[in-house]
Amino acid sequence: MSEQAISSSLSIGRTELEDFLYEEAALLDKWQLVQWLTLFVEGAKYWVPPAGSADDVDPATTLFYIADDYFRLTERVKRLGKKTAHVEFPKSKLRHLVTNVRILGGNDDLFEATSNFVTYRSKSGATETYLGHHLYDLCVLDGEIKILKKTSIIDTDNINEQGKVSIII
Amino acid sequence: MSSVKAETIVEPFIIENESKAIFRVNRRVFVDEEIRQREIRHIFDTCWIYIGHESELPNPGDFLTRKVGGRELIFVRSKDNVVRSFFNTCPHRGAMVCREKHGNDKMFMCMYHAWSFDLAGKLISRPEGERYHADNSGGLHDLAPVANLDSYRGLYFVNFDPNAVDLNTYLAGAKEYIDLTIDQSEFGMEIVGGVQEYGFEANWKLLVENSCDGYHGGPTHATYFDYLMARPGQLSDPGTKVNLPRDLGNGHAVIEYGGPWGRPVAKPVDAWGEQGKVDCAELLAKLEARFDKEYAHRIAYHNFNMSIFPNLVINNIMAITFRTFYPEAANKQHVRAWALAPKEESEIMRERRLYNFLEFLGPGGLATPDDCVALKMCQKGYQNAAFAGWNDISKGMGENQQRNTDEEQMRVFWREWDRRMSGAAL
Repeated sequence: MSEQAISSSLSIGRTELEDFLYEEAALLDKWQLVQWLTLFVEGAKYWVPPAGSADDVDPATTLFYIADDYFRLTERVKRLGKKTAHVEFPKSKLRHLVTNVRILGGNDDLFEATSNFVTYRSKSGATETYLGHHLYDLCVLDGEIKILKKTSIIDTDNINEQGKVSIII
Repeated sequence: MSSVKAETIVEPFIIENESKAIFRVNRRVFVDEEIRQREIRHIFDTCWIYIGHESELPNPGDFLTRKVGGRELIFVRSKDNVVRSFFNTCPHRGAMVCREKHGNDKMFMCMYHAWSFDLAGKLISRPEGERYHADNSGGLHDLAPVANLDSYRGLYFVNFDPNAVDLNTYLAGAKEYIDLTIDQSEFGMEIVGGVQEYGFEANWKLLVENSCDGYHGGPTHATYFDYLMARPGQLSDPGTKVNLPRDLGNGHAVIEYGGPWGRPVAKPVDAWGEQGKVDCAELLAKLEARFDKEYAHRIAYHNFNMSIFPNLVINNIMAITFRTFYPEAANKQHVRAWALAPKEESEIMRERRLYNFLEFLGPGGLATPDDCVALKMCQKGYQNAAFAGWNDISKGMGENQQRNTDEEQMRVFWREWDRRMSGAAL
């Protein structure tokens, strides 16, 4: 536990969180991943469990699609900036829709939130649709919302139609 | 035997000329629906195909449903502890009798007319059963079992052909590499945490080639190697100079080689810290106690990518993956991938294993998605097959020494595929 006193309250409301999530979606739509990474605290985690997973799924016992620690998330961002990330060269067109935003509870040091999403990825004449919900562990640091952990659960049976999770959904 | 080849398919599927070092594959085999239909009859309906691992059915009553070789199957451990497989279809009017992906139950009941079957497939009851008078002694009203179900070291295979050779004969030299994989554990291996299911628009045979292709690593996976080099201590000495493809018989082939990455049994990298070295030394000592030193070191240090004809890939690399893939259409495949690990593995080693797995493998890995797009690009390129009609699979022909970056392992697959497509059984 840090030496600072633990905040007893949450200083932001749903509107502020929605602004944050819309900004995040805009960065992803524009492929501004380096800037997107700054929304995370160092040591943050980014998880994409298998499609259809329950919310309490754990990468220690389940085979995820993505279970990045901060190092690998940073490397994922670097990779996607390269021409040799063949699956995303040329870049696909993306549109992230975020809705049903709810703060589940907590305080400025740690609060949980969830949203539903539909993400479209279009490339080479085909459009893939990812639908599901995000689970966030967040904090408020110097008045700004930051991500401690983001879990994106795809709510389809499998990803036979999408085939891969090569983008940040 | 070549009489089957007639119909509308007149060109040869492959052309091989050893003295001229030519090996070409007709691109029509990737795009032609008629050829895919023939693959179902001549390959998936006659070869031993992987259905699942024993650890997926640990207890009597455990079942799972799985589409295997284009057929909807039930894979179940019955009350008598015997593992069985049935076609998932009611003998009455054909509805699938089991609609769950997996579970544990006492019986299967068809939703349509409530015919019920025990886990050995026998009819237990049906409403107004007294109005049926046909004799069921021949199993007329029971679930239809697959013609053959057998296992080797915990790997279960089905075969729909009553005249098939036995599994042991079929697997031939592949058994040596299944042994190397299973022998990692003293107490048995298990599937870890479910299955990855994904699909993409490329013919299934392209993934056979890709899964044992040592030649594409540099160009296709440049970003993966960038990643490995980004963190100090993720690379270590391969521990072996072995580098060879092998024909394992019956269309099975393998490439065996050393690699720079860490292996959870049992080759540490610095990124795992001092504890990683201690853990691996302990695991290696256990292997050396169970086996001779050479075999123990082979388990610990040797990577391999093996394809068991037609469509089971076992990659024993920075983690172990089993992978099957089936044609949904000539230009579309569905993939299932699992991770395998020793049952007794420590929590930390399991964590390292899954971390390793995900950095390369699977639909969110830093490498597999690039493979998939490469194969998609091939498939798109084959739209030109009428005018640019042949693949070149000749790398290494005419050389004395084959390497894993050559293409002999793919030629092994293609020769068997061609032989079977001509109607020849094993």
